[in-house]
Amino acid sequence: MFRRNYAAMFGLFLLVLLVLVTLIGPLVYSVDPFEIVWAPLTPPGEEATAPLGTDYLGRDILAGLIHGGVATLAVGLAAALITVVIGLTVGALAGFYLGIVDDILMRVTEFFQVLPALMFAMVLVTLFSSSLVVVAIAIGLVSWPPTARLARAEFLRIRNLEYVSAARSVGAKNTRIIWQVILPNALPPLIVSATLTIGTAILFEAGLSFLGLSDPNTYSWGYMIGSGRDNILDAWWAVTLPGGMIFVTVLAVSLIGDGLNDAFNPKLRER
Amino acid sequence: MQILSMLARRLIYAAILVFAVLILNFLLIHLAPGDPAEVIAGEMGGATEEVMASIRKAYGLDRPLHEQLGVYLGKTLQGDFGQSFFYNASVTSLILDRIGPTLLLVTTALLFAIGMGTLLGVIASRNPRGIVSNVVTVLSIVGYSAPIFWTGIMLIILLAWVFPIFPISNMRDITLEGGTFRHILDVAHHLVLPAFTLGIVFLAQYSRLTRASMLEVLGSDYVRTARAKGVPERSVFGKHALRNAILPVVTIAGLQFGSIVSGAVLVETVFNWPGLGTLAFQSILARDYPTVLGILFFSSLIVIIMNIVTDFLYRVVDPRIRTSG
Repeated sequence: MFRRNYAAMFGLFLLVLLVLVTLIGPLVYSVDPFEIVWAPLTPPGEEATAPLGTDYLGRDILAGLIHGGVATLAVGLAAALITVVIGLTVGALAGFYLGIVDDILMRVTEFFQVLPALMFAMVLVTLFSSSLVVVAIAIGLVSWPPTARLARAEFLRIRNLEYVSAARSVGAKNTRIIWQVILPNALPPLIVSATLTIGTAILFEAGLSFLGLSDPNTYSWGYMIGSGRDNILDAWWAVTLPGGMIFVTVLAVSLIGDGLNDAFNPKLRER
Repeated sequence: MQILSMLARRLIYAAILVFAVLILNFLLIHLAPGDPAEVIAGEMGGATEEVMASIRKAYGLDRPLHEQLGVYLGKTLQGDFGQSFFYNASVTSLILDRIGPTLLLVTTALLFAIGMGTLLGVIASRNPRGIVSNVVTVLSIVGYSAPIFWTGIMLIILLAWVFPIFPISNMRDITLEGGTFRHILDVAHHLVLPAFTLGIVFLAQYSRLTRASMLEVLGSDYVRTARAKGVPERSVFGKHALRNAILPVVTIAGLQFGSIVSGAVLVETVFNWPGLGTLAFQSILARDYPTVLGILFFSSLIVIIMNIVTDFLYRVVDPRIRTSG
């Protein structure tokens, strides 16, 4: 069913293209994105040395777009992984054990939902450091509650099904029931949400970067956005081009996520 | 009576959340690398030795940790979030100056998103394979995928620069003369682009959600019954279907105040809107920690209050909850 969904296939195509550009591009176009190649703020299409123009220091935008993807994608993936691990653990424990465990974990989840996520991540990155590792951890720490809620709902639904009772009656231990009996059956919606989480995490990183909180030592799309922000009206290309790359990346990921959702939920296909 | 006891329970819960945010702030001050006194003073301030000594004394930083927590809670509950050395003003007064514009932006964006989103969703549900339906689907995916600041910049370039219909930034034209009414119009004129930018992300989600839940509700038995007994189609849509289909939208909107406030930070920065977001941005650049932590607290407080408001709204929309407590 996934293959019949044109939108999802288009998303997959975009993603493969982006990954190829990111991984192979630097070998083909080996200009150092930190290097000053031409006059500052040259618009796209005016100078063959920098076909997509230069930023406020005279650095090549095209080189930035090609070299900057790795860090952005890596942060997005790492942050999504942290989000899923925290969310899944909290949600699984709450939905399986119920009672006081559920109460405590859900209160903690609600507490994290009250904190405006970007604001909290900004504080974490400001207080600690703006290295890519801290940025990924901060994004993970602020974005897990929806995953936890989803995992909890799934565990609540599945824990009373017959095959779980059957596993219990043959003496399976709780850890085994959680990870080997319930989890595999709860996976479809969690996979969809994990896919969408990658997109959210990339957007989040872009937002932090726009506020000037990206790692200044690593060249990323976010870094380009942050360093071009002061010249938005003199040099629209310095911010909008990397922003466009992020848009295309997140679009690809969400189309794939949507396609997976349709594939896993035959009932929704009618709509 | 029932509504009073519910209100009391909600308020107690809100108070616990407020405490928790304060404790989190306290922990952050102490977990951050370096001397807590420096965190409280902020790196950039002209914090002399005397100032540092007075901070240590005021916050009892030489006493055991739990006593320090007591001091911190005591101070903050009285509204004292310290002094911003960067702005040379108390953090609380700085924040109170900026909270109005943020609330204006957030509520306008939210009302626009809920209103337009529901409307689009309803129109789309009338013809699930029609043009509006496809527009809603595309809009929701694009709205979700575009970085919000990027949308804002695009709108500025298009509608404030290429076609100068709206102002590029700020909240009011300081050269403007005239009466109150003209000033209100001026603020409204400045508000259009930022509110639209912030609203469009959520509009996309709400329209999709309304469309899905309308389709579900329209297939239900009571709608079929209503149609069977000859209720006009208009009334079936408006009274029978929409009132039920809007419930998920209210729920989701309530859960999303945090992300709306987060989005406001970025939108305010793009449009130089004089709210909490630009304040947060400027104080982060200046490493003005007390202001940053104060904003974290006040923005959480906004979310907590908005959650209580949604709870009441939900009761208004859904009469079933009113009786079941």
